[in-house]
Amino acid sequence: MSGTILLVATLVAQGMLVIAMLLAVLRILRGPRAQDRVLGLDTLYVNAMLLLITMGIRTGSIFFFEASLIIGVLGFVSTLALAKFLMRGEVIE
Amino acid sequence: MKRILPHPFLALLLLIVWLVLTRFTPGQFILGAAVALVASRAMSALEPTPITLRKVHRIPVLLGVLVVDIARSNFDVARLILNGGRHGKRRSGMIEIELETRNRTALALLAIIVTATPGTAWLGWNPRRGVLLLHVFDLVEEADWKDLIKNRYEKALREILE
Amino acid sequence: MTELPLWAAIAVAFFLILGAGLTLIGSIGLLRLRSFYDRLHAPTLGTSWGALATILASVIFFSISERRLVLHDLVIGFFIMCTTPVTLMLLGRAALYRDRSENTPVVTPSDTE
Repeated sequence: MSGTILLVATLVAQGMLVIAMLLAVLRILRGPRAQDRVLGLDTLYVNAMLLLITMGIRTGSIFFFEASLIIGVLGFVSTLALAKFLMRGEVIE
Repeated sequence: MKRILPHPFLALLLLIVWLVLTRFTPGQFILGAAVALVASRAMSALEPTPITLRKVHRIPVLLGVLVVDIARSNFDVARLILNGGRHGKRRSGMIEIELETRNRTALALLAIIVTATPGTAWLGWNPRRGVLLLHVFDLVEEADWKDLIKNRYEKALREILE
Repeated sequence: MTELPLWAAIAVAFFLILGAGLTLIGSIGLLRLRSFYDRLHAPTLGTSWGALATILASVIFFSISERRLVLHDLVIGFFIMCTTPVTLMLLGRAALYRDRSENTPVVTPSDTE
């Protein structure tokens, strides 16, 4: 009984997170400005992190946790670098 | 004491993170303590401003208020997104708030609070005038937001840190 | 999958659906909202209670199924809590700089002074 509840809940949650990732990808593709694309990337990696945590619950393995931690670190640094570039790359100070 | 452990909070935090990521065994405790000692001394190279805590008993109160506030504003913003911003009547805008605090730690914590709350976004703080520029998602009454930031969060942070 | 007591399974399922639902609504907002500054608010749904609920679900699940306190997911929560303000603040300021340098009308209160 509880196994069925967990299976259904993780499947539904995974589906919702995949749709959320697709919407973020759409925002990256659509733009219109560079900052919109970077914001889309930021959302995409947070959603991917949550998807991996959900996957860890479904398989009962704690190894997905490490993958999500790595995605988090790399996503944070890349978003930060891109935002910093947007601020200093074009603006005359 | 100061020479061995220049940043006790940071060292403690690193030790806790180390133990949480591994397992609570004596060996991991020694290893984590060694890492925390070395890594927290490296922080001195960055010359951070020292933190003094005044009213520690206010911290759990503030955390409780924050969890409820963030949950409520999550719900509000989710509803506004789903119904298309009250069917096109929602108005967003920028507001300026004059802050009294110049404490860097208080400002950093305020930035975390403002950004973690859906509905408010931190755009900048002017160090000369001490004015904070916020973007508010659902700007019904400007005075309400100023009151929330100043009287609820800034006051609590100042009581804890100054 | 190990057999969990019913109350734990229901709690895990509730937090999972709540977290994923809030994250999905945030991403819908990211796509639907009109201006950049409005869109800046949308991902915070996923990074506040969206992330917290998912992490709580994971903590409950692993703590009960392994019969010891498994808190490592809270590290991810702490990490998200500290990094999101930095990225969103920098992005907001970058957008403000870019709009001002291109003379796009951005109404901030001190511009009208």
